[in-house]
Amino acid sequence: MTWSVFFTDSLLCRCVGITVTLWWTLLIFIIVPAVLGVSFGIRSFYMRALLKIFKWATLRMEIGAKEKNEELYKPYSNGIIAKEPTVSLQQEMQALRGFASSEFELADILCFSRRGVESIVDDEVTKCFSAQELQSWNLLTRSNYNFRHISLRLTVVWGLGVLLRYGVMLPLRVALATTGIILLIVLSTLVGCLPEVQLRSKLSEEVHLMCYRIFVRALTAIITYHNQENKPRNGGICVANHTTPIDVIILANDGCYSLVGQVHGGLMGLLQKAMVKASSHIWFERSEAKDRHLVAKRLSDHVADKNKQPILIFPEGTCVNNTSVMMFKKGSFQVGCTVYPVAIKYDPHFGDAFWNSSKFGIVTYLLRMMSSWAIVCSVWYLPPMNREERESAAEFANRVKSAIASQGGLVDLVWDGGLKRAKVKEDFKKEQQKLYSEVLVGDQDMGDQYRKQLLEET
Amino acid sequence: MGSRASTLLREEEIEEIKKETGFSHSQITRLYSRFTSLDKGENGTLSREDFQRIPELAINPLGDRIINAFFPEGEDQVNFRGFMRTLAHFRPIEDNEKNKNAAPAEPLNSRTNKLLFAFRLYDLDRDDKISRDELLQVLRMMVGVNISDEQLGSIADRTIQEADTNGDAAISFNEFMKVLEKVDVEQKMSIRFLH
Repeated sequence: MTWSVFFTDSLLCRCVGITVTLWWTLLIFIIVPAVLGVSFGIRSFYMRALLKIFKWATLRMEIGAKEKNEELYKPYSNGIIAKEPTVSLQQEMQALRGFASSEFELADILCFSRRGVESIVDDEVTKCFSAQELQSWNLLTRSNYNFRHISLRLTVVWGLGVLLRYGVMLPLRVALATTGIILLIVLSTLVGCLPEVQLRSKLSEEVHLMCYRIFVRALTAIITYHNQENKPRNGGICVANHTTPIDVIILANDGCYSLVGQVHGGLMGLLQKAMVKASSHIWFERSEAKDRHLVAKRLSDHVADKNKQPILIFPEGTCVNNTSVMMFKKGSFQVGCTVYPVAIKYDPHFGDAFWNSSKFGIVTYLLRMMSSWAIVCSVWYLPPMNREERESAAEFANRVKSAIASQGGLVDLVWDGGLKRAKVKEDFKKEQQKLYSEVLVGDQDMGDQYRKQLLEET
Repeated sequence: MGSRASTLLREEEIEEIKKETGFSHSQITRLYSRFTSLDKGENGTLSREDFQRIPELAINPLGDRIINAFFPEGEDQVNFRGFMRTLAHFRPIEDNEKNKNAAPAEPLNSRTNKLLFAFRLYDLDRDDKISRDELLQVLRMMVGVNISDEQLGSIADRTIQEADTNGDAAISFNEFMKVLEKVDVEQKMSIRFLH
């Protein structure tokens, strides 16, 4: 009895010992290259292997569905309905009644009702705020719509995947992330204590890059940077489309930026305080953030100093699901300096990076990210842009947005990202009403007369 | 949501909806995915607020009337069957020939039923008549503040005069159909659902 207990005890000790050694080896194996900035190409091999497995998985599901004589649910990324090329309301109305008459017809309601129901079935905005649907299954439960068609073989593979992701990768990644955070806080504070400015800024850059490389490995992020000759320079503002808080890590891995954001408490606040000791970042108190002039002033002061790093801003103001780019807020475009646009496009097959803040908190989100296969993305640095003579800040913002959208293969939308939470402004409805009235009345005069009357009466 | 869309909708239900509305299997599953993505409360039904959250619908001057068309008399929630029944009005009429499952006697997307849908957008109190008052209210919704009361009043009067054949100063459904005789309702009120 005692002999068997003794045996199992030592066996247990041995197992634990081996696991711990393996653990530390892996950790060192990943962190040292991160510190030195070297890569072994393991991640790209991993990526290609995964793609092959995904194709196989989808094939199995299709076969399974055919055997049962059922249809496989295939989400169509190009929509549920075929929309007519957008004709303006006026053109549609005129086509309806012939160009002669401009008077009201009972049939006018048909246009409104069709447009209305079309937007109920498929609208541009609602689908920006939920994760994309995939054409092939990536062995993650969270993106599967065809549960019934999973064969035994597929289940086994899926099970192995779960074991690998949650048993091996997740703990490893969490350990890496923790190491990264600790290093960032400690080293930034140390570097901040140095008196000499030159040395301090050089060292803070090294620390910054090193820690972000560790974070990138903690997420198993496979990033391809394009056009690095256009990388943002000092005295400019870098703008990018926003999909997730991880965007910051993706960009900061390749260059040093000054971040802008609200002051947080807790761990985040600690990080912010440490980072600002080593290099200048722009953190706002909650009350200050509402004051547009204050924000603009701090931004312009920062870009005026050529020794300070470029500012990183996400003008959409909220996370969008990486299929489209929403309205860019004009604040950062009013500062008057060079703007360096950057397009970021994620490949959702390996793990959907979109942060749906109404569904998950930040911690749940990070855990989901760390239990996905990988985060694969492409970053394009676009040539710098400046505001032109006759251009307003809003027009400039739209121009930059179009450039980013076309490079990243994203849909360019005029809708405000704030529509995630807020209702659309009444003004847009009034605009539609005005357009229709113009069709009815034919010319402006009648409408103007009435409005003049209104103003005189009030 | 979007995920697990087809698993929550049973095959029998899909068949029933297919028979009633004429939509194909894949169209129904995709529309169900859309339904669940609009259903923020995740309780299997849509409320008026769920519809109003769609920006393109919110800026449509007749948005509220269209939303109302989905809800049966006196109810505040619409389930997936009701949702599909209303959407079925907008199926193109040509699709009926392609559909092997014979549609019921009068399919939901027949010309008459499409016109009935449009008629009900005008008929605010659901008494099967469009009175002058109702027409004025709907016109006011469509034009906002840009046209004067007098002008709107004369538009309403003219419209009723032209349509009214039995002299009751209101437009009945038959009179409505007569007015829209020459209009290509099939094309104007059809949405091309992808297969």
